[in-house]
Amino acid sequence: MGRQTPLFELHQELGARIVDFGGWDMPVQYSSQIGEHHAVRRAAGVFDVSHMCVVDLRGARVRALLQRLLANDVAKLRAPGKALYGCMLNERGGVIDDTIVYYLSDSWFRAVVNAGTRDKDLAWIRRHAPAFGVEVTERADLAMLAVQGPEGRAKAAQLLAAADAGAALALPTFVAREIGGWFVARTGYTGEDGFEIMMPAADAVPAWRQLNSCGVASCGLGARDTLRLEAGMNLYGNDMDENTQPFESGLGWTVAMEPRERAFIGREALEPIARSGSPRRLVGLVLTDRGVLRSHQRVVIPGGGEGEITSGTFSPTLERSIAFARVPAGTGAAVQVEVRGKLLNVRVVKPPFVRFGKSLVS
Amino acid sequence: MSTVPADLKYTRSHEWVRILADGTVAVGITDHAQHALGDLVFVEVPEAGRAVKADEPCAVVESVKAASDVYAPLAGEVTAGNPRLKEEPETVNTDPYGEGWLMRLKPAPGALTSAAFLSAADYRKVLEAEGG
Repeated sequence: MGRQTPLFELHQELGARIVDFGGWDMPVQYSSQIGEHHAVRRAAGVFDVSHMCVVDLRGARVRALLQRLLANDVAKLRAPGKALYGCMLNERGGVIDDTIVYYLSDSWFRAVVNAGTRDKDLAWIRRHAPAFGVEVTERADLAMLAVQGPEGRAKAAQLLAAADAGAALALPTFVAREIGGWFVARTGYTGEDGFEIMMPAADAVPAWRQLNSCGVASCGLGARDTLRLEAGMNLYGNDMDENTQPFESGLGWTVAMEPRERAFIGREALEPIARSGSPRRLVGLVLTDRGVLRSHQRVVIPGGGEGEITSGTFSPTLERSIAFARVPAGTGAAVQVEVRGKLLNVRVVKPPFVRFGKSLVS
Repeated sequence: MSTVPADLKYTRSHEWVRILADGTVAVGITDHAQHALGDLVFVEVPEAGRAVKADEPCAVVESVKAASDVYAPLAGEVTAGNPRLKEEPETVNTDPYGEGWLMRLKPAPGALTSAAFLSAADYRKVLEAEGG
């Protein structure tokens, strides 16, 4: 048995199928994974993401610590509440984890890191924090619900008192605030609008039930995976890890090489790649033949060369299979993928595949 | 608890077998199997004329999550793959014992009598032992 979130018993009561995810017993689906996916694209769904690790970083030099730990630059964060997505790198430029950090004050940032990498992430942060006098506190007391979909924010706002609801609905994209005792962030992992809400563990079950009663569908990690893939969002461990760097993982946009004097960990390893370009890149694939693309399948490039699928699934929105693959730079628009000994035809596209309910693939 | 019709034969790998009047058999996956797989999005069935050995992987059912092999419950020759599943793989979810059949087989001589199928009662015990 793995670790359980404050919502575990409710998931069981709701008939969820429970699977191990990074050492946690998590709901993969309730009734239909595809139904849950469509609920988020068309209306609203709620996910239990309490397994993710929330870390508060406090100290006068917290910004300097994060400028050392993250390849993205928290100097971009000027307005309190603003969030930034970025990667922690090792000295070789490999990705230790991806994270969202929220700037709450000049002496307080909050980071959310992956469940499966929790221990190594905390150890890494704690190894570097003392030199900056930063206190590191894991917020295991908080549950986290992601309410996502075109109706997600309006439904979630119904859980709040009237004045608080107004404040929540006024949040700009990628901004968080403490509202009515909860930490409400207009962020997500689905390609839809919505909130991620951190709340005291005791609030989680009543909040979930209330969301259900106003028409928000319970959604499992299965739908979360197809939604994030359609939205062109990476999954740590699949699409990047400690042996791949951001420029070959579709994450070049999260690396701030300027200003040059900012000495983030991994910078030296990335300098030559930033200058001359990465020999490999992460691309989107759309299967034109029938079948389903899966991670680790071999990509065959016409004229020579190979790549590998890092994440693949059936896209419920596009009703065909999509994937991310790491391929040589310069790979053209048509490739093939080997599936059970057969070569299937695939188009190379730029992710995302779907955004705000609309297909971006012709 | 999933449905296990009394008039069918079963395998431990969750296929069902229906013996038809013309001596051929229809093969599919059980209600338990389709439920465990979740929403099916792709089904590959064998073509007519293919000879299969018992326990040979001869069809593939893919859900959003994963691909699974389906094994021939007995040796024989494929007389038909279910053409409907090409466009409507979800039929296996909605009607696993009816319209969601995967293939028809003409059993090899003696294959039907020598096959060690499970009865519905025995298959139910397998499911109970699996906690399903």
